[in-house]
Amino acid sequence: MTDLTSLTLAEARTGLANKTFTSLELTDAHLKAIAAARALNAFVLETPDQARTMARDADAKIVKGQGGPLAGIPLGIKDLFATKGVRTTACSKILDNFVPTYESTVTSQIWRDGAVMLGKLNNDEFAMGSSNETSCFGPVANPWRREGSNTTLVPGGSSGGSASAVAALLCMGATATDTGGSIRQPAAFTATVGMKPTYGRCSRWGIVAFASSLDQAGPIGRTVRDASILMRSMAGHDPKDTTSVDREVPDFEAAIGKSVKGMKIGLPKEYRLDGMPAEIEKLWSEGAAWLKAAGAELVEISLPHTKYALPAYYIVAPAEASSNLARYDGVRYGLRVPGRSIGELYEHTRGQGFGAEVRRRVMIGTYVLSAGYYDAYYLRAQKVRTLIKKDFEDCFAKGVTAILTPATPSAAFGIGEKGADPVEMYLNDIFTVTVNMAGLPGIAVPAGKDAQGLPLGLQLIGRPFDEETLFSLGEVIEQAAGRFTPPKWW
Amino acid sequence: MTAAKGKLIRGSTGDWEVVIGLEVHAQVTSNSKLFSGASTAFGGEPNSHVSLVDAAMPGMLPVINEECVRQAVRTGLGLNAQINRRSVFDRKNYFYPDLPQGYQISQYKSPIVGEGEIVVELEGGKTATVGIERLHLEQDAGKSLHDQRPEVSFVDLNRSGVALMEIVSKPDLRDAEQAKAYVTKLRSILRYLGTCDGDMEKGNLRADVNVSVRRPGGPLGTRCEIKNMNSINFIGQAIEYEARRQVEIIEDGGTIEQETRLFDPNKGETRSMRTKEEAHDYRYFPDPDLLPLEFSEAYVEKLKAELPELPDQKKARFMSELGLSPYDAGVLVAERESADFYETVLENLAHKVRDGKLAANWVINELFGRLNKEGRDISASPVSAPQLAAIVDLIGEGTISGKIAKDLFEIVWTGGGDPRALVEARGMKQVTDLSAIEKAVDDIISANPDKVAQVKAKPAAIQWFVGQVMKSSGGKANPQAVNDLLKSKLGI
Repeated sequence: MTDLTSLTLAEARTGLANKTFTSLELTDAHLKAIAAARALNAFVLETPDQARTMARDADAKIVKGQGGPLAGIPLGIKDLFATKGVRTTACSKILDNFVPTYESTVTSQIWRDGAVMLGKLNNDEFAMGSSNETSCFGPVANPWRREGSNTTLVPGGSSGGSASAVAALLCMGATATDTGGSIRQPAAFTATVGMKPTYGRCSRWGIVAFASSLDQAGPIGRTVRDASILMRSMAGHDPKDTTSVDREVPDFEAAIGKSVKGMKIGLPKEYRLDGMPAEIEKLWSEGAAWLKAAGAELVEISLPHTKYALPAYYIVAPAEASSNLARYDGVRYGLRVPGRSIGELYEHTRGQGFGAEVRRRVMIGTYVLSAGYYDAYYLRAQKVRTLIKKDFEDCFAKGVTAILTPATPSAAFGIGEKGADPVEMYLNDIFTVTVNMAGLPGIAVPAGKDAQGLPLGLQLIGRPFDEETLFSLGEVIEQAAGRFTPPKWW
Repeated sequence: MTAAKGKLIRGSTGDWEVVIGLEVHAQVTSNSKLFSGASTAFGGEPNSHVSLVDAAMPGMLPVINEECVRQAVRTGLGLNAQINRRSVFDRKNYFYPDLPQGYQISQYKSPIVGEGEIVVELEGGKTATVGIERLHLEQDAGKSLHDQRPEVSFVDLNRSGVALMEIVSKPDLRDAEQAKAYVTKLRSILRYLGTCDGDMEKGNLRADVNVSVRRPGGPLGTRCEIKNMNSINFIGQAIEYEARRQVEIIEDGGTIEQETRLFDPNKGETRSMRTKEEAHDYRYFPDPDLLPLEFSEAYVEKLKAELPELPDQKKARFMSELGLSPYDAGVLVAERESADFYETVLENLAHKVRDGKLAANWVINELFGRLNKEGRDISASPVSAPQLAAIVDLIGEGTISGKIAKDLFEIVWTGGGDPRALVEARGMKQVTDLSAIEKAVDDIISANPDKVAQVKAKPAAIQWFVGQVMKSSGGKANPQAVNDLLKSKLGI
């Protein structure tokens, strides 16, 4: 038998259905891989016992022909998703050993569909970061290294654990979340496929909140098809989240292989940055050529407010975060560092419980919402947001089906390389934040490698609730570019 | 709109006018909280009515309770106010142990209800119109318990997330009486609507009172806010004290500091709680977990059509349909329960229009008088509305006299029973049979020739004869019939 971990989710699904192997075998193979890959620090909690129990249940159901769409598929769960009875920390010290009594809507849907939980995946603390270096469990290693180098690289963030685990074949797919690029940027850094769906497509209930108006859950998969399969289980209206949208969940997988002929693909000129590496430039052109070869029409478009997106994002997201994180006060759960007064208890708990990046964002957020600054910062940022949204709407109104951009301005960088200047780190999200600000779907698909052998990704941005077109286009790129698997060094 | 003139305060340097505005927090009558499904029941073990949302567990999201929205809109309609079909929930950020989210979900710039007005009843039958600035929905906080153990505090989250309506008046009130009348009327309207039970003892209705003083008609003074008043009488006392305090400070050459104060009912004084410098910066911003609240005109119209009759309308109806005096009508409608009782009496009357006024007198004078005397609530009245209606019927149809009716009322109050049956069984019927009365009249005339002589000279002395006849009939003779018969027999 071939190594079961090298299969795609879709292939494993077939193997399970044909009883070529059992979910328990598939699960054990992945548990073994996880145990052998602790150097990557992708998992912050392994749940082998639970995994095997779930696998046996899945096998029993498969035998009876009652397996769901994800029956027996072992997955990893970003530690931002509340998992009932399983420690959930958002990779923050302040949640300590918090064990939820509830299951997030998204994860409860994938368990409903038969998936198996392997464990909880590392991420930037409260999803704040672009390198997975802010986790209280320490940084995650990217399974990719520069050719001929032993330097450990970051997998991107905040869903660094998800991306690293999927790329290193530790799980068949993973849940992730994206507030400013946290699914797409790590996917691009690890040659995996990451889909950030339309805002409202997935329920946010039970996901530790970072910035409520921007947060969306989505999958990271080994292939476009795998991501589309996961997407279908993760999506859906939830009455417990009033920002989730009551729309039918399409069969996303059915979009794979659909012709893209005649689709009008926009190439936004504002995404051609000064000083952008030539490799990124080249990758972008290649991607455009592949789509053109598949029958799509390419047009240059303008998204004039793009340059304001990143600064506006770094006002809106911290503002919401400063309020969302107020509940971590040491009073009811999680870490409590005592003090002589309630004020001291707050100061000690929050001072010691939150890491530097989280504290920075809480302070920025508090500042921009303060009396006298609200209009100049928060209100203006919201106006910029409206303009960014309008930029996209104008393009779609002119018949543009989807927009093609690079996913990141560079390939993965080394751990500690970009720690000194937070703004340098924030620039990683330059191509991805606009999508969150506008609430649109975006997918990152591996498209090639840089001169040092590191993967690079392209991003496709779609109309609201048109994830299907992104899957169709994403698969065209995937077919043209091929799949990329990192050489195993861990 | 000009505010009604109020009682001025006489200071050592002249008269001062008090300017008062109130923020009333009324707990919405609903089974579950504003954004969670947890029960709103009062009492219960601490932290027994707390959902994951109320405890602000990670990843929990608020979902608006439609019933609370409905109640807020109904209240707005009852306050003759502008209903805003689009409103926004904001977060008011501050840290406190009884505030689990670290923010209160409230409405800041776009409340669900805008400007309105209500008419309040003042002494001497006067009324004043008081403007409503706005009404918005917000979450209540939990309760901190500091007195359980000396070294630690506890938190009870049962109230955390319960829906409140904050009803803000315009600064239209000019003295303590007006302020009390305003809260009384507001409470009455809420209770008629069934949108708040108005129970101030349980804290389900409480008020923050803003007080400032100025020279009559002059520019507004600096205000102080007296927090969390849960009794109408205390509101009056606090305003009296606070206004005097401010006048004394100003007259002594001082200035008023804008601050938040608390009223101490034991000492009858207000004292400083926090100054303006200590005020929070609440960092309001729209709650990104909640979409703007929107509803249709049809929704509002439907609620409007289903609104119950409110005290002002009811009072007008009692006056026009039944001829009640403004005072009597006012007394009956002041409390929903009194009005309901009276309405039930009316429904049970044989001749509603003829005897409605008589019934009002009986409800107000006999029943309320007796209830007050015994310190009973109308819900615990030993005489039911149908029983009282039966008594009024018996008077109205001339079966019993008013005097006998009082005896009958006493019998029913003490022992219950069907008034009509009691009258039969106890022979309390008024005698209208002329032959029976005539015999008694003849007997008394023939036995008292001296009195007969007297009455010829002084007709008013007829009352003595009436009294004697009534006495001999055991009070059952019809007084009018007796009077007529005596007049003809005595030739006066």
